[in-house]
Amino acid sequence: MSFFGLDCFPKTEGAELERKLRANDREYNRSFKYATNAIKTSKYNFFTFLPLNLFEQFQRIANAYFLVLLVLQLIPEISSLSWFTTVVPLALVLTVTAAKDATDDINRHRSDNQVNNRKVEVLIDRKLRSEKWMDVQVGDIIKLENNQFVTADLLLLSSSEPLNLVYIETAELDGETNLKVKQALPVTGDLGDDIEKLADFNGEVRCEPPNNRLDRFNGTLAFAGQKYPLDNEKILLRGCTLRNTDWCFGLVLFGGQETKLMQNSGKSTFKRTSIDRLMNVLVLCIFGSLVFMCMILAIGNYIWEVKNGSNFTVFLQRKHSAGFSAFLTFWSYIIILNTVVPISLYVSVEIIRLGNSFYIDWDRKMYYSRSDTPAEARTTTLNEELGQIKYVFSDKTGTLTQNIMIFNKCSINGKSYGDVYDYTGQRLDISELKDPVDFSFNALADPRFVFYDHALVEAVKLENPEVHAFFRLLALCHTVMAEEKKEGELLYQAQSPDEGALVTAARNFGFVFRSRTPDSISIVEMGNQRSYELLAILDFNNVRKRMSVIVRSPEGKLSLYCKGADTIIYERLHQSCSKLMDVTTDHLNEFAGEGLRTLALAYKDLDEEYFSRWRERHHEASTSLEDKESKLDELYEEIEKDLLLLGATAIEDKLQDGVPQTIEQLAKADIKIWVLTGDKQETAENIGYSCNLLREEMKDIFIVSGHSPEDVRQELRNAQNSMKPDGAANSLLLTEEKSKNLIKDEEANGEYGLVINGHSLAYALESSMELEFLRTACLCKAVICCRVTPLQKAQVVELVKKYKKAVTLAIGDGANDVSMIKAAHIGVGISGQEGMQAVLSSDYSFAQFRFLQRLLLVHGRWSYLRMCKFLRYFFYKNFTFTFVHFWFAFFCGFSAQTVYDEWFITLYNLMYTALPVLGMSLFDQDVNDVWSFQHPQLYIPGQLNLYFSKTAFFKCAVHSCYSSLVLFFIPYAALQDTVRGDGKDVADYQSFALLTQTCLLFAVSIQLGLEMSYWTAVNTFFVLGSLAMYFAVTFTMYSNGMFLIFPSAFPFIGTARNSLNQPNVWLTIILTSILCVLPVVTCRFLLIQLCPTINDKVMFKVRQARATPPPPPRRSRIRRTSSRRSGYAFSHAQGYGDLVTSGRFLRRPAVPRASGFPQVGRAATGFSPMGRSAGYSPTGRPQNLKVPDVEVTSLQMYRTFSDGDL
Amino acid sequence: MKQSNRIKAMVKEEQEESSNRPDNTAFTQQRLPAWQPILSASIVIPMFVLIGAAFIGVGVALFITSRDIQLQELDYTGDDSEHPCFKCRTNTEKCTCSMTFSIPTLFKGPVFFYYGLTNYFQNQRKYGASKDDNQLYGDLNYFTSPSTDCDPYTRDSKNMPIVPCGALANSMFNDTFTLSHTVNGVQKIVPLDGKGIAWWTDYNIKYRNPSITPLINAFNGTKKPTNWPKPIYELDTTDVYNNGFINQDFLVWMRRAALPDFRKLYRRITHDDYAAGLPAGNYTLTIAYNYPVHSFNGKKKVVLSNVSWMGGKNDFLGIAYIVVGSMCVVMSIVMLIVYARFKFGEDD
Repeated sequence: MSFFGLDCFPKTEGAELERKLRANDREYNRSFKYATNAIKTSKYNFFTFLPLNLFEQFQRIANAYFLVLLVLQLIPEISSLSWFTTVVPLALVLTVTAAKDATDDINRHRSDNQVNNRKVEVLIDRKLRSEKWMDVQVGDIIKLENNQFVTADLLLLSSSEPLNLVYIETAELDGETNLKVKQALPVTGDLGDDIEKLADFNGEVRCEPPNNRLDRFNGTLAFAGQKYPLDNEKILLRGCTLRNTDWCFGLVLFGGQETKLMQNSGKSTFKRTSIDRLMNVLVLCIFGSLVFMCMILAIGNYIWEVKNGSNFTVFLQRKHSAGFSAFLTFWSYIIILNTVVPISLYVSVEIIRLGNSFYIDWDRKMYYSRSDTPAEARTTTLNEELGQIKYVFSDKTGTLTQNIMIFNKCSINGKSYGDVYDYTGQRLDISELKDPVDFSFNALADPRFVFYDHALVEAVKLENPEVHAFFRLLALCHTVMAEEKKEGELLYQAQSPDEGALVTAARNFGFVFRSRTPDSISIVEMGNQRSYELLAILDFNNVRKRMSVIVRSPEGKLSLYCKGADTIIYERLHQSCSKLMDVTTDHLNEFAGEGLRTLALAYKDLDEEYFSRWRERHHEASTSLEDKESKLDELYEEIEKDLLLLGATAIEDKLQDGVPQTIEQLAKADIKIWVLTGDKQETAENIGYSCNLLREEMKDIFIVSGHSPEDVRQELRNAQNSMKPDGAANSLLLTEEKSKNLIKDEEANGEYGLVINGHSLAYALESSMELEFLRTACLCKAVICCRVTPLQKAQVVELVKKYKKAVTLAIGDGANDVSMIKAAHIGVGISGQEGMQAVLSSDYSFAQFRFLQRLLLVHGRWSYLRMCKFLRYFFYKNFTFTFVHFWFAFFCGFSAQTVYDEWFITLYNLMYTALPVLGMSLFDQDVNDVWSFQHPQLYIPGQLNLYFSKTAFFKCAVHSCYSSLVLFFIPYAALQDTVRGDGKDVADYQSFALLTQTCLLFAVSIQLGLEMSYWTAVNTFFVLGSLAMYFAVTFTMYSNGMFLIFPSAFPFIGTARNSLNQPNVWLTIILTSILCVLPVVTCRFLLIQLCPTINDKVMFKVRQARATPPPPPRRSRIRRTSSRRSGYAFSHAQGYGDLVTSGRFLRRPAVPRASGFPQVGRAATGFSPMGRSAGYSPTGRPQNLKVPDVEVTSLQMYRTFSDGDL
Repeated sequence: MKQSNRIKAMVKEEQEESSNRPDNTAFTQQRLPAWQPILSASIVIPMFVLIGAAFIGVGVALFITSRDIQLQELDYTGDDSEHPCFKCRTNTEKCTCSMTFSIPTLFKGPVFFYYGLTNYFQNQRKYGASKDDNQLYGDLNYFTSPSTDCDPYTRDSKNMPIVPCGALANSMFNDTFTLSHTVNGVQKIVPLDGKGIAWWTDYNIKYRNPSITPLINAFNGTKKPTNWPKPIYELDTTDVYNNGFINQDFLVWMRRAALPDFRKLYRRITHDDYAAGLPAGNYTLTIAYNYPVHSFNGKKKVVLSNVSWMGGKNDFLGIAYIVVGSMCVVMSIVMLIVYARFKFGEDD
C-alpha cells in the first residue's frame, strides 16, 4: 500500500504498449512490474486521512471561503469578530464531513480486504497452494472450481468439460444472467488437470495492454514453437462466476487494477440537481451582493471618517487615513456579513437529502414482498429532483412487462374462449376469479397453467374436431424443444416466450408435445402417444410473419399447419372460410383492443403427390448456392395458400402489476412517458396499447420507419403538419430556437402518438434532424421508440436534456438500459431480477414499475417541497440576521460593530435555528400520500420550478430586508432614551444587542411556524426547545460563573438578567414579532383567496374532508371491444427451424444445481448463448418470484438475436 | 375463527421471513400524527381582530403611562452665544456656568438626574473594544501589561502602562452638576444620591478593585488615563466602596451606549424633602463644564425624569402599538371583504 494512497490512479508515464508474460515464470514476469491482483478502492490510510481529507474538503468553495474568513479574522486591524465565530462552525462542518468520509473509506477498506483475502488455488513450485487473491501475480496458473468468482483476467487453459468448454455467468460484469461459453485452445486443453504438465507449461503470451473493452481481446500464445491467436472466447474476466463446470485452469493475464472489471468501474459521472446548480448561481449572486454591501459600508465609513471621525479624535485617536480605514472596514464587514452564505447551508442540505433518502429506503409501500426487495435510494443527493421530473424514459421488457406470456384467449371456429361471464351476461374480471379450470384429467398438464373458461375444456373433452385441430396445430407447429428429466416432468425450452406459452396451452388442453427428433415430433393427444413425421419447417422471418410445418400423421395424412400474423394468414385463406373470417376478425379486433398479442392459425391437407414434387424442389432450392433465400420464399409462398382457418390465439404479454394505472397517474401529473425498447415495432406498439400509453381514441398514431434521411424527415414533417396545421415557418423557428438551445413546449390540436423505429431514429438523431424529431415527439402524448440500441436510448435522453429545460428520469432493468440510466438526470433500476447492472448504475432502485408513482408523486414531491421550503426559509433567516448589521452600520460610524453578541453569532446557525428548520425539512408534508395520489396535479408546480427559483429567492431577500428593518428600528426606537423601571441604564449596547437578538430569534421562529404545514410533536419540540435553549444558553453565558472563568470571553455578564425583566423589553419583542409576521399572513391569506394554487385547493379539500377519504375506487383494466388494428406481435426470431431439423443441438445432461445460487438457465446448445434471457412462465407467476424449491423453470435457452432488447 | 388465526399466523410467518421489509412505524412511514393548520378565514380574521384589539388596548395604556412621566431637559452645550455656558464651550480651563429653570407642578419622585450626549459614538467598534476586561476585573497582571486592545491608550509617552487603559475609560465624562432649589429667594442644594446608579452585576461582579489596601499601592508603576485630572483611585476618596474600578460614575460610563445619542444616569434625588419629588418652583443647575463636545458637534444635556412601570418616557411604544393594532383591524376588514367576495370554492 503506497504511503500517499495515490497509486489507485493509473500511471500515465511509460504507458504499456504490449503485455508480455510467461506462464510459471514469476522472475521473468516481475521484471515488467505488472500490477498484482490486490485491489484498492479506498482513498486514505490511517496517516494520510487527515491531510488528504482536509485538502479535499478545502477544495470546496464554501470551506475555502471560510478558511479565508478565518485568516482575515486573525488580522487584528480587520478582525471585527472573534475567531471562534468562524472556527466553531467550520470545525463542526469539517468534522461531520470527515466522519462521513472516514466511514465510507473504512467500508471500502473492509470490502477491499474481503476481496483481497479470498482464497484461490495457485500453482506454485509444481504444487497447488491456497493463496490469497492479492498474492496472485501475472503469469500464475490458478485453478477455479464451480461457482467460484474468477480471480483475475485469465487465459482459459483447460477445463473439466468436454471440448474444454466452461460456462460463466457475467451478471456482475454486464448484467446478463444467462450463461456464456468460453472455450480453451485445444493445445492447452490437453493439459487437463495434470499438475505436472501444467507446471511444465511455459507458454508465452503477448497481448494488448490493460483496457476497458469487455468484448474484445487480442493476443497470441507462443507454446512449443507454435503461435496461437487468442481472442475474447478464451478469456475469463474478473467479476464473472464459474457455473456448471467442475474445475478449470487459467493463466493470469491482468491482475487487480488492470483487470477489465476495475478499468471499467468507478468513472460514473457525478450528478447534480437543478437546485444545486441554482444554489451555486445564487451563492455567487450573494457573494456579489455581499461585496456590494461592503462597498457601500466602506464608502459610508470613508464619509463618516471625514465628517465625524476626524472630529472625534479627542476620544479616539486615528491611526489611519480615512481611505485606509475604509479599506479595512470593507474587509471587516466581509467578516461580519459572511453569515449571508452560512457554512451550515451545505451541511443542512446534505442532511435533509440523506433523511429523505432514508424515507425511501424505509417505505413499506415500495417494498416488494414477493422478492423481499425494499426500495433503495442509492444516491442521496438527488432527492428533490424527483419532484421535478418532466420526462420518463422507460424500458419495456422487465420494466413495464414481466416478460411472461400467458395464453389468455382464443377463437376457435368462430367461437371465442377465455372470457368468463356471470349469469347476467356480464363479463367478469379474470384477475378476480377464484375458480380455474381443473386439468387433472391430463397427467402431463403443467400445474402452473391457469385458465378460467370451462367451455374450452368441455369442448376438448367433447372431442370437438376443430378444437382438437387447433391444439394439435399448437402442439406441432413450433420450434420448442422438450426435456423430460423424469417421466412426466416436461420442461419446454422455447426460443420465444410466445411459443412457449402456446405449446404449454396445448399441453394442458390435452395435446402434449413430448419430444422431437430432427424428423419427428411426438405428442400425446388426449392420452394417446402419437408420433408425427416432420417433413419440413417453413421457418419464420420478419417478412413472412408466419411459420408452417408439414407433417405426416401416424395415419399417413399429410398436413400443413401454419400460424402467423392475421393479415398475412387472411391473404392465404381459402374462399370457403370467408364467413369464419368475419367472425374471427371480430374476435381478433376484440383481442387487439385489449392489447393482447394475436396469431391466426390455419391448416391445410396436402396431396401426397404434390408434396413430393414440392419437396424435391425444396431440396434443390435449399442446396442451391445463389438466390437460395428468394427461391425458398417462392416455394413457401406457393404451398402456403388456400389454407383453412382454424382460429386465433391471444397471448397476454403480462404487464407488471399496476402499470396502466401508474402511467395514467403520471400522465395526470403531466409527466411525459417515452418507451424506449429493443423490441420490434409490433410488440412495442401492442404494449403501448395494453398499458394505456397509446389509446384507440387518439387522433392518430404516426409510425416513422423510413429507411433514408429524406423519408424520415418527410414523415416527421407530415406528422407535425397534421398536429399543427398552422405551424408554418417551422424551420425558421427551429433554427432560431437551436441557437438558444431550448425548445418551448407546444400544444398539438389533439392527442397523438408516435412510434419510431431504431433505424429511423438513427437518422432522426442526426444533428440536422434532431430538432424536428424532438418537436414532433414533444407534440405527441406518447412516444415509443422500438428496436433501439442502448446507445440510442442514451442519445434520446441526451437530446431531451439538451433542448428541453426539463428533468428526465430513465427507468430500466437490464444492462442495455445502463447507458440511458446514466445519461438521465435520475436513473432508476428495477431490482430483484436479471442482472444487477442497471441497479448498480442507478440512483434509485425498486422492484416494480408501479412504485415509480410513489417515488415521484409522494417522495419526490415531498422532497422537493421540503428542500424548497428549507432553502427559502434558510436564506430568509440568514439574510434577516445579516441585514440588521447593515442598518446598524449607519448608527455606529460604519465601524463594523456587530449588533449581536459574538456568541449569538456563533450559535445562531448551529444551535438556535438549526433543529427547527431541519425538523421542518424532514417532516413537512402539505397533504399526505393518499391525497397526493388523488391529486397528481400537485406534482406540476415542481416541474415548473415554482417553489424555489430566482424570483422566489428575490422575494425572500425583500422579505428579509423588511424583517431586518423592523428588527433594527423597532428596538432602536423603543430603547432610544428610555431607562429601566428603576431609572438605570437599559439603552446600553449590550442590552440593545440582547434585545435585538431575542427579537430576531422570535421573529424567525414564528416565521418558521408559518412555513410549517405539518406540526408533529418533534417539530413542536424542536421549535420550543430551540427557544428554551436560547434562553438557557444566554442566561448561562451571561452568568457570573462564566464570567469568573473567562472574564474577557463573556463580557455580557448580567445583561440578560438586567434587561429581560423589563416589561418594555418584552413589549418590544412582541411588537417586532407581530410586525414581522402580520404582513406575511395577510399576503398569504389574500393570495389564497384571490388566486389559490393547486396546493391551497387540495389542502382546503383535505380540511373539508377532515377524515381520510375512502381509498380511490379500484379502476378495472380498461377494456375496449373494437379495434381497427392488428394485434399481431410475435417475438420470434428466424433460424430456429433449421436448427431444430438439423439436429445440431447437443444436450448436456442435467446437472443437479448447487444450492444457494440463483436460478439460471443453462446454456445447452453448441453455440454460446448471448443476450438476455427472456424467461417465460405459462402461469402468470412473476419471474422475479423467489421460490427456491421449485425446479428450474423454462428459461430461454437459445440466443435471441433479434428479440431486440440488446 | 380458526381460519383467521391461521391467516394471522401466516402473516406473522411471512413477516418474519421477509427480513428486508422495512419497519412499520409512524416515523419511518411518515405517518407521524400532526397538526396541520392552514390559513383559513375562520382563523385568520378573528385572530387579526383579537390582536388588533389587544394591541390597541396595550398601546393606549402605554401611551397614557408615558404621557404621565415628567421630563425636564436642559441643553447646556452652549452653542448659542446667549447661553450661559457659551463661555465654557472652548475654554480649556476650569469653567462653571449655571442655568435656571422652573418646575410648574410637583415633579413626582423618585426623580432621576441624567446627563445626555449626542453624536457621540460610544458604539464605535474600536472605541468600544478599547478596554481590558481583565484589568478592570482587578487582575494585577494586566496592570503592568494591558491588553493591546487598548491601543493607543495602553501606555503613556514614557511607556508607562495606563490603568484603566483604553479609549473608553480615557474619555470618561467629567462634568459635574449641582442642583439648587430657590426657596424663598434662598438657594437650597438638592441632595443628589450617587449610589446605586450602576447595574448590580457591574458593581459586584464585573468590576473589581485589586485586593490591596490601600488601593493606591496597587497602582504603583501605572499612570492615570491622559484625559483624567486625577487617577482612578482618587475618584471618590470619601467612600472606599465607590472608589477605583467600582466607582459608580465610572461603571455607568463604562457601560457603553448602543446609539450615538444617549443619556446616562448621573444621580438620583431620593433624600430629604425631595424624596417625594421636586416641588414646584425655580431651580438652578450649576455645571462644572469640563467635557469637550464642541469639536465633534456633540450636544450635552441634563435630563430630570421620573419613571413608570415601563421605564422612562418613550412615546414610541405606545404609538406603535396603537398603529399596529389599528392596522390589524383594518386588514381584518379588508380580508373579510375579500373573503366574502372571492372565497374559492369547490371548483377544481
